[in-house]
Amino acid sequence: MSLQPLVEIRDLNFAYDNRAILKGINMSFPKGKLIAIMGLSGCGKTTLLRHIGGVLKPTRGYVKVDGKVIHELDQEGLYAMRRKMGMLFQFGALFTDMSVFDNVAFQMREHTDLPEDIIHDLVLMKLHAVGLRGTHNLMPAELSGGMARRVALARTVALDPMLIMYDEPFAGLDPISLSVVGNLIRQLNDALGATSIVVTHDIQESLKIVDYVYFISDGAIIAEGTADEIRASEVPFVRQFVHGEIDGPIPFHYPGGNYSQDLRLRA
Amino acid sequence: MERTTLDLWVGAFVVAGVGALVVLALKVGNLSTYNVSESYQLQAYFTNIGGLKPKASIKSAGVLIGRVTDIRLDPQHEYQAKVTMSLDKRYQFPKDTVPKILTAGLLGEQYIGFEPGEDEKMLVNGDEVRKTQSAVVLEDLIGRFLYSKASSNSD
Amino acid sequence: MSIVNSLRTIGHRTVNAVWRIGFAARFFAMTLFYSGASFRRFRLTIKEMFFSGVMSLIIILVAGMFVGMVLGLQGYETLKRYGSESALGSLVALSLVRELGPVLAALLFASRAGSAMTAEIGLMKATEQIAAMELMAVNPIARVVAPRFWAGVFSMPLLAALFSAMGVLGGYVVGVVLIGVDEGSFWSQMQGAVDFRHDVMNGVIKSFVFGLAVTAISLFEGYDAPPTAEGVSGATTRTVVESSLAILILDFILTALMFGSN
Repeated sequence: MSLQPLVEIRDLNFAYDNRAILKGINMSFPKGKLIAIMGLSGCGKTTLLRHIGGVLKPTRGYVKVDGKVIHELDQEGLYAMRRKMGMLFQFGALFTDMSVFDNVAFQMREHTDLPEDIIHDLVLMKLHAVGLRGTHNLMPAELSGGMARRVALARTVALDPMLIMYDEPFAGLDPISLSVVGNLIRQLNDALGATSIVVTHDIQESLKIVDYVYFISDGAIIAEGTADEIRASEVPFVRQFVHGEIDGPIPFHYPGGNYSQDLRLRA
Repeated sequence: MERTTLDLWVGAFVVAGVGALVVLALKVGNLSTYNVSESYQLQAYFTNIGGLKPKASIKSAGVLIGRVTDIRLDPQHEYQAKVTMSLDKRYQFPKDTVPKILTAGLLGEQYIGFEPGEDEKMLVNGDEVRKTQSAVVLEDLIGRFLYSKASSNSD
Repeated sequence: MSIVNSLRTIGHRTVNAVWRIGFAARFFAMTLFYSGASFRRFRLTIKEMFFSGVMSLIIILVAGMFVGMVLGLQGYETLKRYGSESALGSLVALSLVRELGPVLAALLFASRAGSAMTAEIGLMKATEQIAAMELMAVNPIARVVAPRFWAGVFSMPLLAALFSAMGVLGGYVVGVVLIGVDEGSFWSQMQGAVDFRHDVMNGVIKSFVFGLAVTAISLFEGYDAPPTAEGVSGATTRTVVESSLAILILDFILTALMFGSN
C-alpha cells in the first residue's frame, strides 16, 4: 500500500430520525481498482454512496476523496469535486426531455466551453465506447432498459471522471445486457484509469469483474476480501448471500410481537 | 447555436401575445383616442357631483374628449366640489361652456357633458369654468315626481 | 384517549403544514436567487416557453372565443331588457379585460401547463434525474426549476391578452355579426368604457401575478412530491386545486386593491 487510496472512509456513522443506518464503516479504495459493496436492500449501501457524493453529511467520522474531507467542503469545493466524479443511477436516470446525444453532452455543455463541433465528436466517441453510436438521435423513452443503462454509462464517463460510482447497475437487466454492462464497467475502469465503486446485490455478475468486495449488513462491514476469498468465505451471512439460501442469519420473518398474541389467541 | 423550429413557435407566440395586447390597448381600450394626444386642464365647481368618480369620461355631443382627473371638496369655495378635468388639446371650447353632470342611461355611470357656449374667447390650460350644472339626484327627482302626481306610465 | 390522539394528529398536521410553508418559501427564494442562468442562457427559458406557452395556445384561444361568444349572447339578452344593447361592446370588453381574461386564462394555464410541470418535475425526481444532476455538479434549481418559472411568468400575461382579444372577437361575432348590434356603437362604447391604464394594464398585472403564483405552486408541488407514482399523481392534483384557489383568492385581493379604492 504505497499509494494513498483515492477514497478513504473512517469511522463513518450516519443516523436518520434517530435510526442508525451506518455504524462505524472503515473502507479504503486504492486508485485504479474496481470495488464492490454488497449487501441486502436497505442495508445502507446507497446511503454510503451518497456520503461519497456529498449529498449527505455524516453524523460522525468522515469520507476523504482525493485527500479532501467531503463534508467540510463548501458548495463551490463540493461542486468542483463532483465534476471529478461520475455516478450511474439505478435505472440510468437519463434526462427524459433530452435526446441521447444531449444527455451525453449535458456535462460538457454545463461545465466546459468546448465548441459544439468538438462536443459532437466527443459525444459520438463516448457513445461508440458503449456500442450505441447509432442511437444518438433517439429519445431515452425509445431505448430498451439495457441500452438506457449503457447510454447512462456513457454520460457518467463523459468528463473522464477519476471516480465512478454505480448504484445497482445490474438491476432489472436481462442476462445478455447484464454481461454487456458488467464488461463495460471493467473496461471503462481500466481504460480511463479510474477507480470504480459498484453497489450491488447481484453477486454472481459482480464477482466476475471486481478486484475487492466489502459486505455490509445492518450498517456495518461483516466481511471483505477478493472475489475468491468471498466465494470461499465461511461467514454465515456471506454463505447465505452467495448461495441464495432461504434460511440463515437473515431471518425470513420481519421482527414482530408474539404471533399468538397478534392473532388474539388465548393461551 | 442554431435557430430551431421551436424558436419559431415561441417567437410567433410572443408576437401574437404582444399583438393581442396592442389590440386591447388600441381597439378595445382608449389609448388611441386619449393618452397619445396632449391635454390641458380645467377646473369647475359643482354644488353636487352625485356619483361622479375620478377617471369618469367627459363628452361633448357624445364624443369622448377627456377624463376627470381629480375631485375634492373645497371649504374655501362654499363647500362645493372642485373637479379637475383633463381635456384633449384638439378640442377647444368657448369661455361660457357649461359642464353638466349627466347619467349614461337610467342607471348608468355618471359623466360630464360639455355644452359649448358662444363666447369668442376659448378656455385655456388652468382656467376655471364659471357656470356648471350639478348632478340630478334620483331621490330629489322621485320626491318631485311624487308631489306632481304625474302619470305612472313612463315607459 | 381518542381526544388526545386526535389532538396529537391535529398538532402534527399543523406543524407539518407550517414546515411545508417554510420549505416552499425557501424553495421560492432559491428559485429567484438561482435565476441568473435562465437569463444568461435564455434559450433554456425559451424552450420552456414552448412547453408552457405555445402548447397552451389552442386551449386558450378556443376557450377565449367561446367565453366571448357566451358573454355576447348573455349580455345581449340582459341589456335588451333595458334597451341598451349598444353597451354590449363595453360589457364584453370590460368583463374580459378586467376579470375573465386573466382569471380564466390562469385557471386553464394551471390545469394545462401547471399540472404538466408538476408531473414532469415529480417524475424527474422519482427517476433520480434531479439527484443525477446534482451529482453532476449542476444545480437543479438553476437548471430545471428557474427556467420553467420564468417561462410561466412570461407566458401568462401573453396568454391572458390573447384570451381577452379572442373573447372580444367572439363577442363581436355573436353580437354584431349574428345578432346585429350596431357595429359602430359596439366598438365606440367599448373604447369609451375601457381605459388603458385602469383596465387593460391592471388586467396585465393580474395575469402576471397569477402566472407567478401558478408556476411557483406547480414547481414546488413537483419538487416536493414523494418520488413514487402515487406521489406524483397526488402532487398533480394538488397543483390544480391549490393554483385554482390561489388564483381566485388573489383575484379578490387584487380587484379590491385596484378597483375598490375609488
